Amino acid sequence: MTEVTLNGVVKRYGKHEAVHGVDLKIHDGEFMVLVGPSGCGKSTTLRMIAGLEDISDGEISIGSRVVNDLPPRERNISMVFQNYALYPHMTVRENLGFTLRIAKQPEAEIETAVKKAAGILGLDELMERRPSELSGGERQRVAMGRAIVRRPDVFLFDEPLSNLDAKLRTQMRVEIKKLHQRVGNTIIYVTHDQVEAMTLADRIVLMRDGHIVQVGTPLELFNNPFNTFSATFIGSPPMNLIDGVVTDADTIVLRNSLTVPIPAAACGQVVSGQLVQFGFRADNLMPVGHAVEETGKLVDLELSVSLTEPLGTETLLFADFAGQEVQAKMLNPRPVKPGETIAFHLMLDKCHVFDAANGKALRD
Amino acid sequence: MAKHLRVFRHTPEHRKKGTMRRRLPEWFVLLLPAFIIMAAVVLIPLVFSLYSSFTPYKLTRPSTLWRWIGTSNYEKILTDVKFWSAFGRTILFLTIALNLELLFGLLIALMVNKVTLGQRTIRTILMFPMMFSPILVGFQFKFIFNDNIGLANNALQALGISDAALPWLVDGKLAMFSIIFAEVWMSTSVFAVLILAGLFAIPRDPLEAAKVDGCTAWQTFRHITLPFLMPFIFIALTIRSLDVARAYDIVQIMTGGGPAGRTELIWTLMSRTGYVDARMGLANAMGYVSILLSIAFTIYFFKKLSAARSELGFGDKI
Ligand SMILES: Nc1ncnc2c1ncn2[C@@H]1O[C@H](COP(=O)(O)OP(=O)(O)O)[C@@H](O)[C@H]1O
Ligand SMILES: [Mg+2]
Repeated sequence: MTEVTLNGVVKRYGKHEAVHGVDLKIHDGEFMVLVGPSGCGKSTTLRMIAGLEDISDGEISIGSRVVNDLPPRERNISMVFQNYALYPHMTVRENLGFTLRIAKQPEAEIETAVKKAAGILGLDELMERRPSELSGGERQRVAMGRAIVRRPDVFLFDEPLSNLDAKLRTQMRVEIKKLHQRVGNTIIYVTHDQVEAMTLADRIVLMRDGHIVQVGTPLELFNNPFNTFSATFIGSPPMNLIDGVVTDADTIVLRNSLTVPIPAAACGQVVSGQLVQFGFRADNLMPVGHAVEETGKLVDLELSVSLTEPLGTETLLFADFAGQEVQAKMLNPRPVKPGETIAFHLMLDKCHVFDAANGKALRD
Repeated sequence: MAKHLRVFRHTPEHRKKGTMRRRLPEWFVLLLPAFIIMAAVVLIPLVFSLYSSFTPYKLTRPSTLWRWIGTSNYEKILTDVKFWSAFGRTILFLTIALNLELLFGLLIALMVNKVTLGQRTIRTILMFPMMFSPILVGFQFKFIFNDNIGLANNALQALGISDAALPWLVDGKLAMFSIIFAEVWMSTSVFAVLILAGLFAIPRDPLEAAKVDGCTAWQTFRHITLPFLMPFIFIALTIRSLDVARAYDIVQIMTGGGPAGRTELIWTLMSRTGYVDARMGLANAMGYVSILLSIAFTIYFFKKLSAARSELGFGDKI
């Protein structure tokens, strides 16, 4: 059983506090992704778990052991680094077997373990090469192989795919997910890419400025963002947000005196006169006749389209909504001319209301 | 200028007709000044000294320069016990001094690398010994190791370690020790500085990967840091082996090759033969034999350097 628990973990660099009291419980076998914009303290948090950075305050435990004062080698973890961090003077075979050789395992056992890892990652052909003779994707696979050979309690990944090109990144993403299904270890994975987070994670930890913003499954974060930051960071395109004011009559007045009803989920949370942001995803604003399935209460709108982005199965429409540009999605697309006015349906039950003062979602 | 113009007019058309006189190729003309300077500064002295090593040239009797005696000087050297013991002693001196300097340099560099506060200052102080003229270092240690008034004996006596005055520069073995001590004091910083540069150049990632992979501090050093440092170490060894192989000033000042030739190195012997005994022909012959030593060391360390570099994936050639 390898749970990883962070209790009020703080990291200070001199006077500058990079991570402010993070509490987190990562379950055994869970694929946990730390995501957030660059500089938000993801790597620092991961490196504290690895033991590569001192913990300024708080407590980290792996399994039942508090590891604050243990050096990395005693934490039984593996780490895959962004720049691969292979040993340049060793062949792939030596790189893979290094950790076991250091642990003074019998030679036969090392060979079996190395062969097995090489098999899993398709490295058999590359065993005698040096890292300088490998492509980026191959290096990444070696780095992952090296992590597997160690048979750790926890795998740590720090942006392992960000140095790869887009196609390879998609491929490796699948490989990592397969790897997790195969070995079943606890994985803590850091990325700034929300797509990676959504596709890989059992649960996502969304961070900003050294704080955790929201923890939950990808769908929880997608469907119930805690605040406007969650709403715009997770999901692509980001959620549309429009400024408005709550009125007595259970409506929100947007700019241009356009009004929308308050979504049912938010009704109990708002007060008259409150400044809010009205949010909805492109998927919930669709041209009439071009949506898959329309559920719940619908709002009829006539919007003028200024720009289109055809993607094949769908087209992104940039439309003017109460004086602000919003994005909508058109399924089974037909050609749309810029300037054309189209009838849209907004699915009100999927819309969100955020407090304009602090960005928090207003929801029952 | 006119010359250049003519060179440019030298078109293929003219060449076909064969009406133009042959001219020097352009690249040759352009390189000529460099060739001339190289010849004057390097080639002529080299040829001259090589030639004189086949004559009984004595500085006091210039006419001897024109008597060709073939390889007689070299034959003399081959059987000369004094020369070969100086040769052997130079190798011994070089081996001991370089190993000690490498060891101390490595330790100092590793320690300085750990320091975070005032590292620049320490690095500068580290270079001080290199800034002194070797002659001054020689005088300084001659004083320190003086058996009557020297600091070394004073300190030993004050600490009660020894009450006899140790004959630092008079006893053969102690004199060798003293010279090596001075040499190491003066030049350890060369290693320290170069190795420190190497430490700065090591990427952080492999070191961290090694920590995570289970390495203790020593294992990380042994398996990751050291291979990364090897190219720097071999560069330092190449530079220093050439330097130590021509060691002269410190020895000349501290012991003058004595007592009774016990600290005689190739270069003190050579300069004595050339300038004191005035037998320049013989001294030059010695020079050419001892150059072999330097060449051998250089080739050896360069091979090692290339190997260490290609090991790290920096390409096999320099
Ligand atoms: N060694 C360091 N010294 C000082 N500040 C640092 C150090 N490492 C990271 N930081 C700061 O800590 C914050 C978080 O960094 P990091 O965890 O690397 O962010 P990311 O989420 O992009 O991985 C950043 O503001 C960064 O400037
Ligand atoms: Mg990072």
